[in-house]
Amino acid sequence: MRASHGTILGVSDSACLPGAASAAPVAVPTKTVPSRHSALVRVTHWITTLCFFALLVSGGEIVLSHPRFYWGETGNVNMRPWLNLHLPSSRETVPTGYGYVLPDQNGWSRYLHFQAAWLAVGTGLLYVLFGFFAGHFRRNLFPAASDLSIKGLGGSLVRHLRFERPGKEEVWSYNSLQRLTYLLVIFVLFPLMIWTGLAMSLGFTSEFPLAVRLLGGQQTARSLHFLVTILLVLFLFIHVLMVFVAGFRNRMRAMITGRATPPTE
Amino acid sequence: MTNISRRNFITTGLAAVAGASGIAVAARVARHHGLIPPDAGGLYGAGETLTYAAQRLLTRHSMAREFSRAEISANPFANEVDPLGDEFQRLQAASFVDWRVTVDGMAARPASLSLAEIKSFPTSTQITMNGCEEGWTYIAEWTGVPLSYILDRVGALPQVRYVVYRSIQPDWWESIDMADALHPQTLLAHRMNGTELPVPFGGPLRLRVPRQLGYKSVKYINRLTLTDNLKPFGKGTGGANSDSGYAWYAGI
Repeated sequence: MRASHGTILGVSDSACLPGAASAAPVAVPTKTVPSRHSALVRVTHWITTLCFFALLVSGGEIVLSHPRFYWGETGNVNMRPWLNLHLPSSRETVPTGYGYVLPDQNGWSRYLHFQAAWLAVGTGLLYVLFGFFAGHFRRNLFPAASDLSIKGLGGSLVRHLRFERPGKEEVWSYNSLQRLTYLLVIFVLFPLMIWTGLAMSLGFTSEFPLAVRLLGGQQTARSLHFLVTILLVLFLFIHVLMVFVAGFRNRMRAMITGRATPPTE
Repeated sequence: MTNISRRNFITTGLAAVAGASGIAVAARVARHHGLIPPDAGGLYGAGETLTYAAQRLLTRHSMAREFSRAEISANPFANEVDPLGDEFQRLQAASFVDWRVTVDGMAARPASLSLAEIKSFPTSTQITMNGCEEGWTYIAEWTGVPLSYILDRVGALPQVRYVVYRSIQPDWWESIDMADALHPQTLLAHRMNGTELPVPFGGPLRLRVPRQLGYKSVKYINRLTLTDNLKPFGKGTGGANSDSGYAWYAGI
């Protein structure tokens, strides 16, 4: 039986060994493999993935009932949108130029959107608590100060743009550009999605009017919700692309089982 | 695997039992405090219940945002309605003088109120947003009789939990809980932007529920029913929209 070093349920986050946070190469014995991702990171990663697709599909369906975007508080077909997606719509009242109307999918889409949002928020809270208290953020996400120089980040960017396969030092943790990107997604884009989403709720804003006033209005919140979605989809594409660059089988195995193998086996 | 399995098995088992009993207790408490929506069953019941319970806990007495006169939409959008029926057209031809609203169900003094009577009741005016689940919005000034005034007048019984309201148009009805029914901004509106409520916007009478999406603000109201149970109405989910797959609670 294989010696199990990566814990199954434990939260001992060994995504990187001590010292791996810096760029210093770490000698890792290939036989005794710690886990690249702790169980909690793996579970929350895949639940978030599931939620993301549920939110994306249902959100897309909802947009189709009014594929136009406005700034400020109000916007409707009698007003000029700043963005018209020129897509067919699931409503006859939207002038699209298409000679047909798509079937209405908003009932289940809205149900699914909010259910997935609850699950995503719960999962996110669990992840953030774990990240702070179990040291995952400190070890794996906050970049070392030495990595934040223009030269360090520039070098990392160049290696990314050349689609270079990551070296041994990245087997157990993330590189600095990756860390900054994940921090941006986790602490800026996801919170913005929650904020702009809640700012569209007539019930929520009745208790917290500032949530929508600070953004500049209900339609602005809707536009920002859409724009941040585009940024998140862009992140998803680059994220998956980088998984392929780094070695799809290896990275997928690491995110599913936790086990990782150094690039030169 | 074997060295970790027993302890983990017991821990997981205990956690599962604790979780299940926790949920069971939470469900009882939530039901007691009216935090379970009528469409709580089914695939999306969990999310829907969380949304409704969270918003009811946070917003029971909150007021929908009100706007300044300058923010009233120059071009509000009325949305489409099904072709107006014969009965509506007959009443419309006579300037709605024969329009009546039946108030029945759990009331000490059920009533049939004429439009003139309703217009003689004390009014409230608000400048609020009408938001559609499709994503569009407009702001208008609405004047009407607070629904709470009518409930008071007919002597709503203390056990009433929902008000079911119907349009003269077939298969167009909705319901709200008492948090919204007694809310000061919930109006039986008969004026909009300083004129009689135009027919495309729901005239002569529209129930305005400004803390929820537009589909809860049913047009052409001619009947209010006070009840403690939504099961006997339609398919039992509390509205024509929820019967056809939309959420009953539309505060989000």
